Amino acid sequence: MTEGIDFSLLALDAPGWGGALLTGFLRSVELAVGGYALGIVIGIIGAIAKLYGGRVTRDLAEIYTIIIRAVPELVLMLLFYYVGTDLANRAMQAMGYAGFDVNGLTAGILVIGLVQGGYATEVLRGAIRAVPRGQIEAAHAFGMSPAKVLTRVTLPAMTPHAIPGMANLWMIATKDTALLAVIGFSELTLVTRQAASATREYFLFFISAGVLYLILTLVSNYGLRRFEKHARRGMDAAR
Amino acid sequence: MAEFGDCADGDQMDDQAAIHVEDLHKRFGSMEVLKGVSLTARPGDVVAVIGGSGSGKSTMLRCINLLETPTSGRISIQGEAYDLRTTRSGDLEIADRQQVQRIRAHLGMVFQSFNLWPHRTVLGNVTEVPVHVLGVSREEADARAKAVLERVGLGDKLDAWPAQLSGGQQQRAAIARVLAVEPLAMLFDEPTSALDPELVGEVLSVIRALAEEKRTMILVTHEMAFARDVATHVVYLKDGRIEEQGPPEQIFGAPSSPHLQQFISSVT
Repeated sequence: MTEGIDFSLLALDAPGWGGALLTGFLRSVELAVGGYALGIVIGIIGAIAKLYGGRVTRDLAEIYTIIIRAVPELVLMLLFYYVGTDLANRAMQAMGYAGFDVNGLTAGILVIGLVQGGYATEVLRGAIRAVPRGQIEAAHAFGMSPAKVLTRVTLPAMTPHAIPGMANLWMIATKDTALLAVIGFSELTLVTRQAASATREYFLFFISAGVLYLILTLVSNYGLRRFEKHARRGMDAAR
Repeated sequence: MAEFGDCADGDQMDDQAAIHVEDLHKRFGSMEVLKGVSLTARPGDVVAVIGGSGSGKSTMLRCINLLETPTSGRISIQGEAYDLRTTRSGDLEIADRQQVQRIRAHLGMVFQSFNLWPHRTVLGNVTEVPVHVLGVSREEADARAKAVLERVGLGDKLDAWPAQLSGGQQQRAAIARVLAVEPLAMLFDEPTSALDPELVGEVLSVIRALAEEKRTMILVTHEMAFARDVATHVVYLKDGRIEEQGPPEQIFGAPSSPHLQQFISSVT
């Protein structure tokens, strides 16, 4: 195909690869959303453990974040994926669920979530510390339960401080999904590579994948900006 | 309030006291900030607590709603003593967190730095505790909040954000937030110390109106003229002890302790 690029290869139906690319893209988005959501949950727990926990809880959270942030993500993913699914499947078998296989998507989300959680812990810990103590103290002084203080005051008050860091983490999550290609998860990058090597149209398919990642980023940027504006509405209100 | 005052331990507690503090000690590390303070506020009393910085007056106030846990001593609100237990190191700790939360919900505190919640509007700040702690319905809480905000002169600021208000307005909103819980006593922790001088008056006039309604309050303040004016009882703290107390005419007119004489002449 020296005469140019054959765009018909991007057709949605076979022999075009467009449908496969879009499916891979959706898998990537699923992974990113699931992993990011899990990362936020882990991050909130980790930040609270570090800020308010006892010695043992604090140390455990510290060890977790040190390991996550010290080891390359790819290594962590390989480790969590192979060791983790192996352990999970053995546990399932031991409990009598023979032949049960931990689903690839679930495993992928767990792997991304565990990595994201390490970074989110630090982002959220910093954001909570940026909330003036007096606001949290006032909530206690009015008889709020610790859970209410967290959900009604601490979390909403820290959100504006957390958004820049958490937005970064979301961007990283969308791109971390590509690392899962290594473990054979058919997300966008893996599908792209398959399409490219099958048709020898490397340029066309990798550019297409790049455009899809770019679209995801642009849409995310727009959404995050709106969310930031909403979360900061009390702070940005001018005198 | 039905849930108070019906507690069984009727030992030497002052039955009529809204707030009763007995032999309060507080140590931060090796520094003893309170060295045995006792204080009683009966319903309708306005107790002004004065003293130099570091005298322990804010710490004492913060012990009343257990924002600080005393090292030893006894505190009761409307006859109900906080359930505190002694730790192995000999300090006190809260034994019944739910009791503390229940009592705190009826003790409004006004802070030096306002401490409004910046992510809620003025109305949202005032309805927060009634709706989410006291279980008042949204409609009732809104109506009550509008009424108290009207009282403190912020009836036109319901939808404003705290960041849009001046310091004096923020402190008045913080007072409205306390009024909305219909507190059985109000605790003021230097409510005008963070304000620009020209904004002090508007906050003091709101507090004065509340004092005239015979609301029970404990007021830690540096505003001597104001304390003399509104207080029913004045307590002078010096180095963690009550050095002198009495009616305002006596404390300001004829102080007997040399420290108090010196303190009053230095701040007035």
